[in-house]
Amino acid sequence: MVQFTVWDIFSNLLIATEWTIILSIIAFVCGGIVGLVLLFARTSGVRPLVFVTKIYIEFFQGTPLLMQLFLFFFGIALFGIEVSPWMAATMALTFWTSAFLTEIWRGCVESIPKGQWEASTSLAMTYFEQMRYVILPQASRIAVAPTVGFSVQVVKGTALASIIGFVELTKAGTMLNNATFRPFLVYSLVALIYFCLCFPLSFMAKKLEGRLNVAR
Amino acid sequence: MLYKLQFAELLPYWDVLLQGLVFTIVLTIVSTAAGVAVGTAGASARTFGPAWLGWIVVVYVELIRNTPFIVQLFFIFFGLPAAGVKLDETTAAFLAMVINLGAYSTEIIRAGIEAVPKGHIEAGVSLAMTKWEVLRHIVLNQAFRKIYPALSSQIIIVMLGSAVVSQISAQDLTYAANFVASRDFRNFEVYLVATLAYLVLAIVTRAVLRGLGRIFFKAAS
Repeated sequence: MVQFTVWDIFSNLLIATEWTIILSIIAFVCGGIVGLVLLFARTSGVRPLVFVTKIYIEFFQGTPLLMQLFLFFFGIALFGIEVSPWMAATMALTFWTSAFLTEIWRGCVESIPKGQWEASTSLAMTYFEQMRYVILPQASRIAVAPTVGFSVQVVKGTALASIIGFVELTKAGTMLNNATFRPFLVYSLVALIYFCLCFPLSFMAKKLEGRLNVAR
Repeated sequence: MLYKLQFAELLPYWDVLLQGLVFTIVLTIVSTAAGVAVGTAGASARTFGPAWLGWIVVVYVELIRNTPFIVQLFFIFFGLPAAGVKLDETTAAFLAMVINLGAYSTEIIRAGIEAVPKGHIEAGVSLAMTKWEVLRHIVLNQAFRKIYPALSSQIIIVMLGSAVVSQISAQDLTYAANFVASRDFRNFEVYLVATLAYLVLAIVTRAVLRGLGRIFFKAAS
């Protein structure tokens, strides 16, 4: 019988951690891009656009991420497209992330004083010019801390991809547990690795929050 | 060829799904009550307790907030038996939910406690109130009023997160959906129905919490 040392388990978990990181980054970056597009729609003041984005956000914030993963995994397959766990996970996490980021960023945009909008309107700026040159540069400063804070949720969210069979840190933990029968050790190590990924981000978010309050 | 959705095939399983829904609701209510109690104790200990106790609370909060719920669940359900603590799946699900919400609500309530002006506490002490009376009537009373909206959204987040307990075969709504999917192979239909049930549950929970908030804190909001 093959014997597993603690180092064997740990090094295998580290290999899988790479996929957790890759999935997190892709979800965060793509989610950020989709979220930015949605932010423009959400704050545009065009009724149908606002309405559609509101429904989108309500859906992705009001349903479990796990269910969204299932829906993407089984839903895309209905169109006759072969879905890999990787593709379903990336898509679900991207859309889920975008909904939360849009909501966070909307709060930041709305915290910009109304006078800024009025001043830029009186300078005959279009909506996109206002956002690009006046609102977003100011809003983005406020947005940094909560955005970094949310990235922790994205990293933790990727753990659910294990359920539809994507091999990342959690799935690797389950597989190693099945091979070694040492659940206490395996899941402690898995938790430890997640902690090492997430804690620096949480810590940074807290520090950024503090710095912003001083600046005001 | 386009696939035709067939929701009618789910009808024979309505009782399974309903049972799952009830489990999810009970799980949410119980873990909310216990989790907020843990959070109140944790936040009070962190702010007013001795330093060593405060450190334990910090470690607890940070450990839980920086690891995924599913890993916590697996640790409790698979890991603890190896250390001699055996739990059935329902107990493990409840325990994991309480521990998880406890950590988040500790952090939320602590923010509320810290927002209470120091003068109020001193005023209470000068009125010969005991330490507990000050905590109960002055500190927590005001703290909860302030953080109620934040706590409400955390409760909904935890409720949605509870879908994961199906993975240790605790029989919640997601477990029921998995069960039905394995029987009639209408995966998409059943998950769509379950997802909408969660959405309705989230909207209803939000409304209920808002209503309760209005009853408890008449002055606020």
